[in-house]
Amino acid sequence: MSSFFEIFDIYLLEAVLNGILLGGLLALLALGLNLIFGVIDVTWICYAELVMIGMYGMYYLVQYYGLSYYAAAPIAILLVAALGALLHLLVIAPLLSAAPINQLLATGGVLFVLQSFATVAFGIDFRNLGIRLPLLTLGDMHLSYSRLLAFAAALIGMVVVYLFMTRTFTGTAIRAIAQDRQIMALMGVDAKKIYVVTSALGGALAGLAACLLVLQYDVHPFVGLSFGPITFLICVLGGLGNFVGGFVAAFLFAEIISLGGLFSDLEWGYVLAFAFFIVMMFIRPAGLLARRS
Amino acid sequence: MLELKSVDAGYGSFHALFGVNLEVKAGEAVGVIGPNGAGKTTLMRVISGLIRPTKGSISMEGRDVLATPAHKIVELGIAHVPENRRLFPRLTVEDNLKMGAYMPAARARYAERLAFVFDLFPRMKERRHQLAGTMSGGEQQMCAIGRALMSDPKLLLLDEPSAGLAPVVVQQVFELVKRIRAGGPTVLIVEQNVQQVLQVVDRAYLLEAGAIRTSGSSAELLASDTIKQAYLGV
Repeated sequence: MSSFFEIFDIYLLEAVLNGILLGGLLALLALGLNLIFGVIDVTWICYAELVMIGMYGMYYLVQYYGLSYYAAAPIAILLVAALGALLHLLVIAPLLSAAPINQLLATGGVLFVLQSFATVAFGIDFRNLGIRLPLLTLGDMHLSYSRLLAFAAALIGMVVVYLFMTRTFTGTAIRAIAQDRQIMALMGVDAKKIYVVTSALGGALAGLAACLLVLQYDVHPFVGLSFGPITFLICVLGGLGNFVGGFVAAFLFAEIISLGGLFSDLEWGYVLAFAFFIVMMFIRPAGLLARRS
Repeated sequence: MLELKSVDAGYGSFHALFGVNLEVKAGEAVGVIGPNGAGKTTLMRVISGLIRPTKGSISMEGRDVLATPAHKIVELGIAHVPENRRLFPRLTVEDNLKMGAYMPAARARYAERLAFVFDLFPRMKERRHQLAGTMSGGEQQMCAIGRALMSDPKLLLLDEPSAGLAPVVVQQVFELVKRIRAGGPTVLIVEQNVQQVLQVVDRAYLLEAGAIRTSGSSAELLASDTIKQAYLGV
């Protein structure tokens, strides 16, 4: 009997750790979406599809052009950053003063365009980098090295964004524009330029997430569906546009999924997480850390 | 320095300014007084480019303000302290001041400008890490003026600096305006508080229903019957 509890505790600890590792990645995804929403007041429904394109970018750079993983990653990040800026200039900018539902439909349209484009251009096969990183054994626990790497890189990415947002003039302008966009011209700030920079930054975060996800998951045109909705729910749970709320919600969600998966199947972990989301929407409809107005 | 010639402006079908002629010379402090809804705020917004006039011309030191993109007007040396201060409430005092120094020329001298503003408002130095929205109205007004001064402007536009402040604080704000004047920039100030503003400015325009009704030196206006009856209540 005592040995049963020992094993159980090890599994529990492993699940908690895996939850934290997953949380880092989800927090990174949520940060990008929150940044766009908080600053431009637009929801990129197609955010996960940008990640999908980034994953394909990694796949081709590594498998076709023979680049090493670490050489391919910066290129993929830049590629998705450019895609983010392009998405803003071509789709969002003309609709900035349109009704929110139109903006939502337009980015929803981009979602299908990107999925269809990927299907036509890359086919529906599941592809991977062919890189298999070893398992890390800590006592009786097994942790995936690729998850640890993803977690560390996600944290570093978030710290870099934090420093950019707090230490630079452009970063401060990004935070300011979210609070009062009408008077930005009085500060000498070209709001249009700030929006493009913000979109490129959101794209770069999606690109970073792509580099990390492609280590753990195969890429196919619909891979966005497996983490797009959950990213969106995390942002809503944390309060759309609230960076800290999104960060907390990502780890909460990841732990529910991971621990729920421990007690039965992984799918049940997701069911629990979504049920938790629905309940929270009744209790705190404006998000976990809603600002009191 | 600043010259407006027969400026018309409005919002959609609503006409707010009719043929406004106004001039500010370097080194002067000029007031624009008038009742609520006379178009005073619109006048300020037209100068700083927040809205564009439908007719007329505006020049700053001989340069065409209307041909300058709105976010470049601050580079002509015009800084606007907007109505209701419009600080970024969830940024710190220092980050608000940083936004005032966004344009390249001011950014290069950020440390120097920050020291200047902290020298002028020691209170802002104490509160540099506080969120701007949590300060008192008077402190917020200091911060808003400080933010505008960060760009080292030649012309400072002040829109109702005394609005919503307690009488004691209003007194302090006008003292402040006097101190700023002594320090350099030319000042154009819009106020409903006629009695107070005429103590601070050299001359003033009376704006009523979107048109300049009269203008003159502070002494002339204080002595004029129209102003006395309508605005000073004597």
